Amino acid sequence: MKTVNQKAWFFVLPVLVLVAFNALIPMMTVVNYSVQETFGNNVFLWQGLDWFQQLLTEERFYKALGRQFMFTGLILIIEIPLGIAIALAMPRQGIWVPVCLVLMALPMLIPWNVVGAMWNIFTLPDIGLLGYFLNNVLGINYDMTQDPIAAWITIITMDVWHWTSLVVLLAYAGLVSIPDAYYQAAKIDGASNWSVFRFIQLPKMKPVLTIAILLRFMDSFNIYTEPFVLTGGGPGNSTTLLSIDLVKRALGQFDLGPAAAMSLIYFAITLLVSWLFYTLMTKDDLN
Amino acid sequence: MKKRSIVPIIYILFLLLPIYWLVAMSFKTTNEILGGFSLFPQTFTLENYKVIFTDPTWYWGYINSISYVTLNTVISITVALPAAYAFSRYRFLGDKQLFFWLLTNRMAPAAVFALPFFQLYSAFEMFDTYLAVALAHCLFNIPLSVWILEGFMGGVPKELDETAYVDGYSFPRFFATIFIPSIKAGVGVAAFFCFMFSWVELLLAKTLTAVAAKPIAAIMTKTASSAGYELGLLAAAGTLTIIPGAIVIYFVRNYIAKGFAMGRV
Repeated sequence: MKTVNQKAWFFVLPVLVLVAFNALIPMMTVVNYSVQETFGNNVFLWQGLDWFQQLLTEERFYKALGRQFMFTGLILIIEIPLGIAIALAMPRQGIWVPVCLVLMALPMLIPWNVVGAMWNIFTLPDIGLLGYFLNNVLGINYDMTQDPIAAWITIITMDVWHWTSLVVLLAYAGLVSIPDAYYQAAKIDGASNWSVFRFIQLPKMKPVLTIAILLRFMDSFNIYTEPFVLTGGGPGNSTTLLSIDLVKRALGQFDLGPAAAMSLIYFAITLLVSWLFYTLMTKDDLN
Repeated sequence: MKKRSIVPIIYILFLLLPIYWLVAMSFKTTNEILGGFSLFPQTFTLENYKVIFTDPTWYWGYINSISYVTLNTVISITVALPAAYAFSRYRFLGDKQLFFWLLTNRMAPAAVFALPFFQLYSAFEMFDTYLAVALAHCLFNIPLSVWILEGFMGGVPKELDETAYVDGYSFPRFFATIFIPSIKAGVGVAAFFCFMFSWVELLLAKTLTAVAAKPIAAIMTKTASSAGYELGLLAAAGTLTIIPGAIVIYFVRNYIAKGFAMGRV
């Protein structure tokens, strides 16, 4: 049992100070911008909630938001089952386990703009391995700078390449923590592979899968660098996700007020959806 | 059993293909790259790597990146250790709320924070220093470290603490000489994740630096636009960014899977 000790606050104080410094001060700056109009030179005009109103009635915002949900939705639908399937197929012990894990973790260790640049090079129609293969060997007309669907397939494939391993690592960690006795009992009962998965493996993986889904949701919902480097939001605006749209406003057009208002709405949506996921997935545990 | 192993093999091949293409391209001359498609480097050259290792703007990029990443890892782990201990051993006012609030900091899009971070660190006159980037990355690395370490500490029986007190250990001495060694694996895993997330993040690192602390990945973007499209050189620089992570993961390979399994939800 944990003992009640208010002095434990001293132990968390350094963490609190450092994270608050990085989280609260910038957040206050954003709030500050979101209710004012600025013309540079530190001239500010009070705007109240005008930016929020303007943003929430704007088609451009909803389109970017829609693309963002589509991206994140597709990512979760593909990566979570794929990650579980790969983790199930991996050997549980032996010399190949660390080899597999190290190789699988490689994509996650590459700086995000290098990931974008790498996939750009990989998919160039004339000199990229994938682009050349699709166009000249399979005869599929593939050019993601022209075709929005090709661009979407490319950013989805890139993200699957980049992050499925995280789901694999987590699911695998959940799997190896299942004691052998469970499998032996299932064998005696003559359980099918499916029931072993449904009633032993899946429930045991649930905590780590909750983490996987939450992490994948947050990170894919906030994704910026990789798709920006790969497609720049194009062709047209077809791959302009929410964060790309946000940076366009803030740095491209220097509309700090609307961009700040958008940041806050963005953050609120992320927080809300994460909380919903979290509550839904841990609901059974509480009962 | 044998039939199943085809799935991980195909998956790993899929992961390695784009990496292979990057590495292959780094050994090609720019002429060969632009001249047409070739599966293997025809005129194998180390020229691209030579440029990187001899030009200070290139290799200083690596030194900068490694410096702030290391600094961030040290800061994150140092402050996360006592905090994780508090979360794992004690109950205190607002502990659950605090824990959840820490985790929400991963949800803030870096794109949101880029400009305010620039203003904040400029105001404290830390712009373009290793410390600025290292501190900024604490935003997402400290919560993650606390979370991982707390999981590992939960696995250490409380009797260890009590025995040490009975034996007359002071708290700092117990913490440094008995407790931390007993969760070595956890420290390794947490350090790995700090290193990884700080190494791959670019948006904040780029915003907070100009010359003196500019990360390698930002130098690549700049070179890409200023020196024409020198693909071979970029590919070589990209290949070199994979190496530090690969070295670090090699050391913690046996603990990686465990690191997450022990974290609490």
